[in-house]
Amino acid sequence: MTTAPPAADRSPGPSEWQSAFDAAVAAEERIEPRDWMPDAYRATLVRQIAQHAHSEIIGMQPEANWITRAPSLRRKAILIAKVQDEAGHGLYLYSAAETLGVSRDELLDKLHAGTQRYSSIFNYPTLTWADVGAIGWLVDGAAITNQVPLCRCSYGPYARAMVRICKEESFHQRQGYELLLALSRGTEAQRAMAQDAVDRWWWPSLMMFGPPDDRSAHSAQSMAWKIKRHSNDELRQRFVDICVPQAASLGLTLPDPDLRWNEERGRHDFGAIDWEEFSQVLKGNGPCNEQRISQRRRAHEEGAWVREAASAHAAKRRARETAPTGRLPGSTTGRPADRTAAPKGAPAS
Amino acid sequence: MTPADTARSTDAATAPRLTGEGAAAALMLGDDALILSHRLAEWTGHAPALEEDVALANISLDLLGQARTLFSFVGDEDELAYLREERAFRNIQLVEQPNGDFAQTIARQLCFSLAQELRWTAILDSADCPTPIRELAAKAVKETAYHRDHATEWTLRLGDGTEESHARMRRGMAVMWRHTGELFAPVPGLPLDDAALREQWLTALRAVLAEATLDLPEGPDADAWAAGGGREGVHTEPFGFLLAEMQHLHRSHPGATW
Ligand SMILES: [Fe+2]
Ligand SMILES: [Fe+2]
Repeated sequence: MTTAPPAADRSPGPSEWQSAFDAAVAAEERIEPRDWMPDAYRATLVRQIAQHAHSEIIGMQPEANWITRAPSLRRKAILIAKVQDEAGHGLYLYSAAETLGVSRDELLDKLHAGTQRYSSIFNYPTLTWADVGAIGWLVDGAAITNQVPLCRCSYGPYARAMVRICKEESFHQRQGYELLLALSRGTEAQRAMAQDAVDRWWWPSLMMFGPPDDRSAHSAQSMAWKIKRHSNDELRQRFVDICVPQAASLGLTLPDPDLRWNEERGRHDFGAIDWEEFSQVLKGNGPCNEQRISQRRRAHEEGAWVREAASAHAAKRRARETAPTGRLPGSTTGRPADRTAAPKGAPAS
Repeated sequence: MTPADTARSTDAATAPRLTGEGAAAALMLGDDALILSHRLAEWTGHAPALEEDVALANISLDLLGQARTLFSFVGDEDELAYLREERAFRNIQLVEQPNGDFAQTIARQLCFSLAQELRWTAILDSADCPTPIRELAAKAVKETAYHRDHATEWTLRLGDGTEESHARMRRGMAVMWRHTGELFAPVPGLPLDDAALREQWLTALRAVLAEATLDLPEGPDADAWAAGGGREGVHTEPFGFLLAEMQHLHRSHPGATW
């Protein structure tokens, strides 16, 4: 979309802007931050992108759990890199949300206060090393199934963030699969560990696609806005169809006696999901809700003095730069270009 | 990061092998890198800002890569990391010190990365050091420059930030300082001018601390007790717990592949 009405006239949106917006969405054009958009569209995106960003950073916890116990140096390197990627995904997504006029700080406050959600899957514990593999294979796998269509989301910054993220998620999924394969081909104890992990993570992974279509509160409007492209049930079905042959090549079973190929539909039938468990976990009664959110809060609170120091220091540098006799900052150390998200000035937090 | 990046850093079968003093040197530098990498990875998910989760993991990964390459000159990387007893580890005591608060971690990073950068540079310049270690130095010196830069930037922010951060950074330096005494203990197989390196290190450290409005703590020699046993396999109490956590799963499944 290329036409932006004057900023002062953004809201309330006169009907011609609404029609221009509708036409752009219909024509598969991307809505960009400076374009006019309905308030409800903006609010929906903020809610969804924030929830997604929160999921990335809460999702670091169950896996980071195993970094210090990883059983080989190769696996340790892969795991550190993976958890680091998830932090990076959090950064891209908070930035995408910021294009809609909210700050990362505000969003984090809402996460910490429990008024914004993260994916309920991360409220399950990682009890063995095999859980790291099951998360990669199933949880990153489900995330990809959910997120690939988001690469065509009508909101430009979100769609672009998803393109980058999906590439990395597919590495994670393959690494998880490969980890489970090594266990499945390993000793009796390793095999049992892998099967146990898949047994515990399968059903929660199916819940990641959200409530069934007839109970999904936001789906219809999001589909109309082309934020969402496929229904929850359709995505869940795709995921099941992808996983069944992969489980077979892993030599592991999926814990569903009703799972079978349906010739007529050309898809797999599968058993009923325990939506009561899902709603309990969403309400905060999952095995790790309290633990995950309090670790997040603790990291944030214990880091407050560090972030304050960074801002205070940045302010001092700025003051020195503008002062006539100020010393040039950075004059005593040779500094190579910063890599990745290494701090540059005060961390935006 | 692609899977190839994290695969065995040097193909173990074709890696050049070192023996005698060369192997001892590879083990000492490798243990330093392995253990510091482990400590830094403990921050993942607990860092004061998301950028630091990323940055500390980045440094941790660089160090882990260095450790794996160095181990490949000596033997099987997993046997070396997971099956040695505490007394067989040759890392200096500084790198095994618990993370403490962010300032203590930064103090440890500043002391270590300044020293490591000087040492990698000296190794690169010395034809008398083992060739495989010199080849690694070419890559490691660049990585370490970034680690030093990261630690320097944070030392400046914390030292010259708020009253609280200044006090914490001073305390962080004091906590780590007594463990810096063996940073330049001679490493067999690396014929370097360690005394000169130590002087350069002190000069560089003093400059960073001065800009951060901090002083150099009292020298380790001035204390009644200063670290010094790491290279001989004498460690501090927290190290046993680190190894217990790191080695437990691997040792629980003898002979398994992962
Ligand atoms: Fe992610
Ligand atoms: Fe992922």
